Amino acid sequence: MKIRANGMHYAALNAAVRDSEETDIEISGCGGQRYLGAGLADRKIFVYGTPGNALGAYLNGAEICVDGNVQEATGDTMNGGVIEVHGSAGDATGYAMRGGKIFIEGDVGYRCGIHMKAFLSQHPAIVIGGRAGSFLGEYQAGGTIVVLGLHTDGKPVIGNFCGTGMHGGEILLRCETLNVALPAQVRAERIEGPGSEESAALIREWCARFGRNAAPYLQAVYYRLTPNAENPYRQMYTPN
Amino acid sequence: MELYIRPDYEIVRNESRCTVCRVCERQCANELHFFDPATGRMRADESKCVNCHRCVSLCPAHALKIVKTDDAYRENANWEAQTMHEIYRQANTGGVLLSSMGNPKPYPVFWDRLLINASQVTNPPIDPLREPMETQLCLGRRTVKAERDEHGRLKDTLPPQLKLSVPVLFSAMSYGSISYNAHESLARAAAELGTYYNTGEGGLHRDFYKYGKNTIVQVASGRFGVHKEYLETAAAIEIKMGQGAKPGIGGHLPGSKISEDVSRTRMIPQGVDAISPAPHHDIYSIEDLKQLVDSLKEATEYKKPIIVKIAAVHNAAAIASGIARSGADIIAIDGFRGGTGAAPTRIRDNVGIPIEMALAQIDARLREEGIRDNVSLIVGGSVRSSADVVKAIALGADACYIGTAALLALGCHLCRSCHTGKCNWGIATQRPDLVKRLDPACGCKQLVNLITAWKHEIEEMMGGMGINALEALRGNRLMLRGIGLTDTELRLLGVRYAGESL
Amino acid sequence: MREGEFRNPSGCAVAGVIDRSGRKMTGADMIAAIEVMHDRSNGLGGGFAGYGIYPHYKDFYAFHLFFESQKAQEETEAFLKRHFEIVYASEIQTRKLPAVSGEPVIFRYFLAPLPRKLANSHLPEREYVARCVIRINSEVAGAYVFSSGKNMGIFKGVGYPEDIGRFYRLDEYEGYAWTCHGRYPTNTPGWWGGAHPFGLLDLSVVHNGEISSYDANRRYMEMFGYKCTLQTDTEVITYIIDYLVRRQGLTLEEVSHVIAASFWSTIERKKEPARSQESLLRRMFPSLLITGPFSVIVGYEGGIMGLCDRLKLRSMVCAEKGAKAYISSEESAIRRIEPSLDKIYSPAGGEAVVYELYRQGGRA
Repeated sequence: MKIRANGMHYAALNAAVRDSEETDIEISGCGGQRYLGAGLADRKIFVYGTPGNALGAYLNGAEICVDGNVQEATGDTMNGGVIEVHGSAGDATGYAMRGGKIFIEGDVGYRCGIHMKAFLSQHPAIVIGGRAGSFLGEYQAGGTIVVLGLHTDGKPVIGNFCGTGMHGGEILLRCETLNVALPAQVRAERIEGPGSEESAALIREWCARFGRNAAPYLQAVYYRLTPNAENPYRQMYTPN
Repeated sequence: MELYIRPDYEIVRNESRCTVCRVCERQCANELHFFDPATGRMRADESKCVNCHRCVSLCPAHALKIVKTDDAYRENANWEAQTMHEIYRQANTGGVLLSSMGNPKPYPVFWDRLLINASQVTNPPIDPLREPMETQLCLGRRTVKAERDEHGRLKDTLPPQLKLSVPVLFSAMSYGSISYNAHESLARAAAELGTYYNTGEGGLHRDFYKYGKNTIVQVASGRFGVHKEYLETAAAIEIKMGQGAKPGIGGHLPGSKISEDVSRTRMIPQGVDAISPAPHHDIYSIEDLKQLVDSLKEATEYKKPIIVKIAAVHNAAAIASGIARSGADIIAIDGFRGGTGAAPTRIRDNVGIPIEMALAQIDARLREEGIRDNVSLIVGGSVRSSADVVKAIALGADACYIGTAALLALGCHLCRSCHTGKCNWGIATQRPDLVKRLDPACGCKQLVNLITAWKHEIEEMMGGMGINALEALRGNRLMLRGIGLTDTELRLLGVRYAGESL
Repeated sequence: MREGEFRNPSGCAVAGVIDRSGRKMTGADMIAAIEVMHDRSNGLGGGFAGYGIYPHYKDFYAFHLFFESQKAQEETEAFLKRHFEIVYASEIQTRKLPAVSGEPVIFRYFLAPLPRKLANSHLPEREYVARCVIRINSEVAGAYVFSSGKNMGIFKGVGYPEDIGRFYRLDEYEGYAWTCHGRYPTNTPGWWGGAHPFGLLDLSVVHNGEISSYDANRRYMEMFGYKCTLQTDTEVITYIIDYLVRRQGLTLEEVSHVIAASFWSTIERKKEPARSQESLLRRMFPSLLITGPFSVIVGYEGGIMGLCDRLKLRSMVCAEKGAKAYISSEESAIRRIEPSLDKIYSPAGGEAVVYELYRQGGRA
């Protein structure tokens, strides 16, 4: 089904998507409509234009592909499914996501992957082609974030305060040197290649989706960030 | 060497009664009672006592009592024993002081300075036992323009509302902070009473999905256990922006409390800390709140009312006014005496404002702006009795949340040690041997009894005022008079002084 | 202290009559009827509303005003001139009676809104007029508009109602409907504006009882620009009816399901569509439920409505004789002016009784 979204209110657009009898839906002329695909399980949505905030919030298995940039809170509290963005993403991408995958071709803004968590077989992942803003993986409790660093503006692959409050999961940063300060509670280790078959699979999938040859990325140097088990946040409280 | 902190309480054992049955020893999770083989008598290490009264209550010989120690420091009105102890604790550990339950400091309780009216001569009181008396109500947005269909009948354009048979709901307490059996008691009682309980931010246990139509689920910054089915199962969704006991402070359930069951409910790995920071990181401004409200509505197809819960803080009226314009259907306001499973002592005791003031100001502001019908108001943060409920409604609330009162009905003795996780009453603990001490059937019964009794009392007070429907009491401030209040307090509460006719 | 500075619980007598064929009657019958219920009043307030009494000026708003000073009158007239064309103005003719004393200056104005002022206000005409009334009453000290409808008028004062009726020479006015009120306040109002009926535009209300929901109703109504300056039940009831009928477009029967709603348990036993319509009205306007004892007679252009609270804590009887219909606190008052009735009955609590001019019955 094709929907021309020009000027449509988001509630009407979402209702049309929800009520569609076809699973494949193409939305053109998207301009700021929020909550596209919210909570959906069985749809494949192709979006042309600029969707509004909280794209794919509570996503529950559906697939969303965007030809263009996305704004804030993409994949908010996502539980499953895939969001693929042929462009860049705004702040708080993948907030509290618990399952599914987000692939961003370009950069992400601040607080990407904040509160990301894993649960049983659910292992959420965000793969970013370019660079990530500050507070990447803040409060991260599980899942994997990969930043490939394909950006060409010469800036560091991540901003400041990466992994603040991190207590689970991992962050992989493709770069030769990591010249940014990390919180004491985050441990960084330099590795050749992505470190695990799961991470390698994520990178291969990103390359396949955005038409790149995976080989150079699989052989590159990565910094693997994990919570520092020797230096947790502890001894803060005294029972009174 | 650590500074010695003398225990606040002494355990007095009547040796002539004690049969050395050792029930006290088995009952105390703090392990302070022990058998002394040398004397053949029971002894106790009072430094471990939290004064929860478990041993006193269960001693079959009634041999125990706990008394406040008469050991005295040199008297000092400025430096009381508790203040000194807190210094010692911090000098010993370097830690932030952590406390539980509501603010225990002697701040004024305005509920106790408000008096309720009754009818005499000019209109009749109503006997609530024999005459009809309505305590039921609907919560949610009410702003509508009367619209008609082709038959000229009014169209129902009201957004979804919650229907309650009594203006009391059980406030948010997460599975993790309280036990499975405590949750089951609350859920069953809510269903039986025709009201709602609130999951708190710890997700909804699979076993309790069947109570969904009496369940309010919470979405907090950590988004624990939040997924499509969770949202769809609930009768309403509450966005937790703040909590009265710790405004501006988030939650932190240590990994040690994340049991297998709690982990499954919160949908996080076992043993991993559950951190929910103070802000939602997708809400840094009021328009972002609208975004979260709308996204939840969109995800649940506009079938659920959305509640936004805030702590009562200095600027509560302006904040509430903003929330009322953000698509929320209900605002829950939590006063600074509200309970908690754990909060930094300094925050609990010093941050926020009394619920009575916040409520009076919020209700007045929403009316001044003509948007009172945009939202219903639920207030909590130490509503202790049916009289508090009546006063809250007369000040302008639609309904009240109770937390501490509900826990007391479950057997809590307010020892304020929830943060230790060793609740001897099986309420604020995840230890299976302790949890099983709370029988959900009994817990449910006690809660039902409490609210049923309150309902009768509310009806009695309403009847006395000649009011037979709750909506005629809501915001009816003429039914209240203040006593022992300053002019400023009267002005803020919008009530007259006792003895002042209108 | 005067009305508005304190709350003055009152008991009362109410009565109303309409000739549904539109035939006119003088105010004499109403005076006779209310006199029967003398003991329900205590001489501290009485008043009447007559409909169809100004046929020669029926297209103009008839304002009746009390003035306490020359200055108040000058200020009010300046205000009126800024907002209206004053078609005719005169003192209301009264009859001096020993039983009625302390009367203020009482004036009548027939007005038409100034077209340009009205257009600039972007308000419907009736809303424009209502706001002018509310402004004079809340802003001009010593002036009080106590009647503001078209082709109708309210006449009231401090005294027994039958004396007030004679004072205003109501036997010389002719209308198709009349309502009246004798008041039994617990305190001395000492101010004529505090007597009843209370009116806004062509709506007039007489009421008996003290409602227990007053402040809940008042605080809700004040959200919509109404100012309850008198702090009387009648005032807030008038505003509620005005709001629901004029601004929300409800019928009078629907209004009765809001202000004297059936109990939920009763509604649940009703048939559709009554069940869903009545429950919807309760959910839409919960703050406008009126509890405590009341019986009201509402007068409006073309009809009168009687309504009691849902527990029926006040008495009310309705009766019919040919085209005439009567509503009264007591049957004896009706029998005084019409001994042989076709029908007489007591409506149930919350049951709206509406008597209106026959559609083709004569006047518009």
